[in-house]
Amino acid sequence: MSDLLAFDNVWLEYGDKIVLERVNLSIAEHCFVSIVGPSGAGKSSFLRLALGQESPSRGQILLDGKILTPECGPDRGVVFQRYSVFPHLNALRNVMFARECVKAPFTARLFGAARRRAAEEAEAMLIEVGLGDSLHLYPSQLSGGMQQRLAIAQALIARPRVLLLDEPFGALDPGIRQDMHRLILRLWEEHGLTVLMVTHDIIEAFKLGTRVLAFDKRRIDPHAPHRFGATAVYDLPLTNKLPLDTPDVSVSIITIDRISNNEEG
Amino acid sequence: MRWVNVKPNRRSAILLGTLPLLVALVAYLFASAARHATNASDKVLPTPAAMVEAMRGLLFDADPLSGRIIFWADTAASLERLCLGLGICALSALLVGMVLGVLPAARATFGAFVTTIAVIPPIALLPVLFIAFGLGETAKVALIVIGVAPFLIRDLADHVAALPQEQLVKAQTLGASSWQLALRVALPQALPRLIAGLRLSLGPAWVYLISAEAIASDIGLGYRIFLVRRYLSMDIIIPYVAWISLLAIAMDIALMQLSRRAFAWAHQGQR
Repeated sequence: MSDLLAFDNVWLEYGDKIVLERVNLSIAEHCFVSIVGPSGAGKSSFLRLALGQESPSRGQILLDGKILTPECGPDRGVVFQRYSVFPHLNALRNVMFARECVKAPFTARLFGAARRRAAEEAEAMLIEVGLGDSLHLYPSQLSGGMQQRLAIAQALIARPRVLLLDEPFGALDPGIRQDMHRLILRLWEEHGLTVLMVTHDIIEAFKLGTRVLAFDKRRIDPHAPHRFGATAVYDLPLTNKLPLDTPDVSVSIITIDRISNNEEG
Repeated sequence: MRWVNVKPNRRSAILLGTLPLLVALVAYLFASAARHATNASDKVLPTPAAMVEAMRGLLFDADPLSGRIIFWADTAASLERLCLGLGICALSALLVGMVLGVLPAARATFGAFVTTIAVIPPIALLPVLFIAFGLGETAKVALIVIGVAPFLIRDLADHVAALPQEQLVKAQTLGASSWQLALRVALPQALPRLIAGLRLSLGPAWVYLISAEAIASDIGLGYRIFLVRRYLSMDIIIPYVAWISLLAIAMDIALMQLSRRAFAWAHQGQR
């Protein structure tokens, strides 16, 4: 397994506020990386860097050995917690969107046989995520879980090298969330995906991930808390996974030892 | 039950809605009858019969001078100016509003300019338009355009710029170029907003049209009202005003239906 995504001494600063500092990570292909951490620890900033929505202030990010341009591209797919499907397109057209963009640069619409092929492909993808009965429904007619299924199908049809998930199941009911966990693991295996998932749910992180990154600040200056950035303070490869039907136990039984964590990395 | 929880159903809502209109109508009839009781030749509050009598000539008989039936010629002229003006507004709003909304650089360059134009009272520019375009149709249409287009442009640009960032990022990860993003993501979501903006602009557009017609014209609904004012012909003014409001309501309903038919997805939350 080769390194797909590498962070080489990456810093992210806004003015004199340091969000991320000294992030050194390499992410192998077919990894399922869960990213956890307290609010404001730069989880989402980290994801935005990987997405190309922001560029690092220092250091570089390599995708397949090439420096990542700070612009979102079709090599990275994304699913946000909300608003990541197009409300004006039905489910089928939402999934066809990627094909239409690639094949019709000017009209962004396909006609005739090319359109039928794209529709068939999109339909197969929708059936795979369990939306085979909802091809012609608009996102506002879909439940939250179905909208996220649609967002996943929409992202996967573009065959991204990395799939980035930003708290994708955060707004869903616990029962629906279990279904979605099963779905994303199945897709991850079948499509050989590499996944980076930000979550605030530690159980979810350990249940789905093959590797868990915990983001936090290593040091805090009480007089200038913004002068130290966060980084991956824990990097845990998971070999013995939690079973899929793990009940949602209270997070308070997991303790994170902050004292042993002060060595320089 | 609390007053805030009293919600009329569809039928009683229609009934309640017509009630104030009926009350106004009946009040007018009484006031008119009272005035005519004291002065049989009163011109300020004409009776319905007097209005029908006055309008008959305008509605059915051709004007001996121009050979046209005045009422319909006025309506056609006014509607033509209004539709032309609003059409130009819609097109320019679509073009400029989309560019401003989609491209942050364009917004930074022209946003303040559009805002500056938008705060100029259009009527204050009417003399300029008459000087620049003469007293013909161009100045009247231009007044509507100058009055309405900046509002529509700003509204549309704000709406497009406020589309969730997630959607724009998602489209880019699906391979969309700037052009494809504008065409497939921003434009379809801007169109229902444009129609909503046009509906709100109908009122101002009529104001500008009638102002322009009142000052310099030889045909049009606004021109006729201001012409017959000299003879205190309330029996013509009132039917004309009623007709204008009917036209405005019809245009509003037509736009709403268009939006519901063409962009059903945008109205699903409202059912």
